[in-house]
Amino acid sequence: MKASDPADTFRQEARELLDTLEETLLDLGQRPDDKALVDGSFRALHTLKGSGAMFGFDEMAEFVHEFETAFDRVRKDNAPISPALVAIALAAKDHIHKLIVEPALHADGTVRLLGELRETANNAECGETGNADAVAVAVSERPRGGCRVRFWLPSDAIAFGTNPLLLLDELRELGASSVLALTDRLPPLEAMNPQASYLGWEVAFENEVSADKIEDVFLFIRDGMDLLIEPTDQGDAFSTTEPAEDQDSETPLPAKPDAQEPARRATDTAPQADKANSSVRVAAERLDELMDRVGELVIVQSRLSQIAGASADLNLKAVVEELGRLSSGLRDTTMGIRMVPIGTVFSRFRRLVHDLSNALGKEVDFVTTGGETELDKTMIERLADPLVHIIRNSIDHGLESPEKRASNGKPARGQVRLAAIHTGAEVAITITDDGAGLDAARIRAKAEEAGLLSPDQKISAHDLCQLIFHPGFSTAAEVTSVSGRGVGMDVVKRAVEGLRGTIDLTTTPGQGTVVTLRLPLTLAIIESMLVRVGGGRYAIPLSAVEECVELPSAAELGGSGKNFLNIRDRIVPFLRLRELFKVDAPPELHQKVVIVSAGESRVGFVVDQIIGNSQTVIKSMSKLHFDVETFSGATILGDGTVALILDIGSLVAFGQGFERQWRGEGLGKGEGFGRGEGLGRVA
Amino acid sequence: MNRAFEKTGVPASMKALTIGLNSEIFALPAESVREILDMVPVTEVPNARAFVGGVLNVRGKVVPLADLRVMFGMERTPPDTNTRIVVIEVDLEGEPALVGILADKVHDVTEIEGASVEDAPAVGMRWRAEFIRGIGKRGTDFIIIPDMARIFGPKEDRELSSTPDERKL
Repeated sequence: MKASDPADTFRQEARELLDTLEETLLDLGQRPDDKALVDGSFRALHTLKGSGAMFGFDEMAEFVHEFETAFDRVRKDNAPISPALVAIALAAKDHIHKLIVEPALHADGTVRLLGELRETANNAECGETGNADAVAVAVSERPRGGCRVRFWLPSDAIAFGTNPLLLLDELRELGASSVLALTDRLPPLEAMNPQASYLGWEVAFENEVSADKIEDVFLFIRDGMDLLIEPTDQGDAFSTTEPAEDQDSETPLPAKPDAQEPARRATDTAPQADKANSSVRVAAERLDELMDRVGELVIVQSRLSQIAGASADLNLKAVVEELGRLSSGLRDTTMGIRMVPIGTVFSRFRRLVHDLSNALGKEVDFVTTGGETELDKTMIERLADPLVHIIRNSIDHGLESPEKRASNGKPARGQVRLAAIHTGAEVAITITDDGAGLDAARIRAKAEEAGLLSPDQKISAHDLCQLIFHPGFSTAAEVTSVSGRGVGMDVVKRAVEGLRGTIDLTTTPGQGTVVTLRLPLTLAIIESMLVRVGGGRYAIPLSAVEECVELPSAAELGGSGKNFLNIRDRIVPFLRLRELFKVDAPPELHQKVVIVSAGESRVGFVVDQIIGNSQTVIKSMSKLHFDVETFSGATILGDGTVALILDIGSLVAFGQGFERQWRGEGLGKGEGFGRGEGLGRVA
Repeated sequence: MNRAFEKTGVPASMKALTIGLNSEIFALPAESVREILDMVPVTEVPNARAFVGGVLNVRGKVVPLADLRVMFGMERTPPDTNTRIVVIEVDLEGEPALVGILADKVHDVTEIEGASVEDAPAVGMRWRAEFIRGIGKRGTDFIIIPDMARIFGPKEDRELSSTPDERKL
């Protein structure tokens, strides 16, 4: 691992700050009056500016400064945040991102955006007179007299490089004032930590100073410190951060007992800040590395327990058992670390919806629930694109225009809901819109045109909808413009299936469409069934396994021709993995058939032995095996050897090709379909 | 004299791990070698190319096992007590990856002087010249320096050259 580049650290931090900023701006679009949101975006901007300048991103820092100034006018004047301003601010946010990535290339945008920003801000300021009144009222309500600021720094502030003297200087610059040290929190000498900060300060301003300005001084250390601002005339405190603080100040306690200190800290800090403080940023590849190491440990442990099982040493057995418990606990914890709340990706869609609804002239309420649902990190990353596609489709093709909605008696604002919920070992993600729904007749026509359905073929409404996931549908440009969706839904389906998930769509004409994705919790581990074919052991994903049956002896003997089994009156073709894998060793006397479902069809795999179920840590195959499509990955077994994981989908395709070949030969010998069925009946 | 090295941009001398394949000596660049393992159970990958017909577990990673003898059209003798697996790091489509190389025998680490290295002769050789970067000499022995970049190189190269091999085997 190479030493981290400070500029990289900043870029990473900036990305997070920009995400926060975007989130806040989008919130502002919905709740323009929320003062806390304005302050929140300010804080993000301010931090960006400060650290940007520190790491030499001067163009960016300059732009942010100007952005901040323009935005500040809005804030000072309590002007409402107009949608136009939010849109410009979002564009500015994107611009900041560009400036961070390639400072030199985007200088032009800076000037233009700043112009627009100022203009929009000015409009907001003088455009509405009602507003100016509000400002006047707000000002007149402020106490004319001076105010008093009392603050205590977090006890570790000095250790982290904060200099209280500089803070006091900054406060003094805000107006004529006097400073008094507060010593009431000083512990007895023997309990004092020389590096901790115990002193508090009281700064009394003679004239009025805005609370915002005072809070700005403490911007970088605000979390964890106690700050109290009150007017000197002892009226109602006009700005305090915590109501609890008021009581403290009104009944000043002499020297608080130290024990109370940590408890106070905890309540003083906002829960959000708390969360941020207690998390550690770790590079994803380190987690992968950790996962590998733990996987190794688990394997070694199971080898050890095999040895212990053969030994008579009771002490050894006890220790091995303990080790087993610890290592499986460690594995669970490590898996847990990789889990990320899906909300991290939800926030990305808010921006998408915002932009889309502007571009398409459709008003959209975007509601997300279950953002705290946790999924494997890689899974979430790979889920983002398919979800973007589905949401885009919902808004573009699902939701009607406001006029059409109104004429159908629906509210003009459309709604798209994105929800995630745990169901068993799966996560279900639903995307619901209250649009027009799919046009069944249109899909049917299209499907017939594409040759997916014959004109007289009966199909349930539900199955008909699933046809839009068929690749044959993806190029149907006119379907999208006339009725439903269909562009690239096959790509979405493939992506979801690549994550070992399923996708389903239900629609109610006139009321909307629901797309449901079901996904396993993690990509790193699957439940699998271990089977033996010849000398090799293979893992079959358990989620695909339907049942296991014994291969009828008649079928066992007839090794050629097309093979079918009769499973409860349904014809199920089966493939002999021995033939697929070119195993030379003689077959087992009683072979088994593992019936798996592949897409809509069910297929049996003939194996020599079913070994059992196991939790399988998935490892990807090397690029040198790019041409072997029958395996989706590999896993390491308890004895340290490698077993390959069967890729059901491509294996069935492979088998079909193989079977066609056989059938060709079989027909030549007069062994065709009929014989296969005969065998099936024996079963 | 050392045209081969000039052509392929190899430094004047290289530190190499020498391994035996059949009766020949091959040199693997020492800096790419990660570890040398005794023979362990290898899992066969059905329908894979014979050149990379198996995978093995190297400290929790699933690593393909490459048999250079296939690439050079040599006889493949079954593993014996001298058989080792040399785990090396190679560049696969731009990403470093671990690959196990099957060796009938591992000799030693040696310095191969650039001056002693010559181009593979185009005629009179049993192996394919395109996979050989050069041939060095040590005493009376010849040391074959395989071109790992070519052997594990892009797909087209590999397929072109490995198909006849598989047919033969």
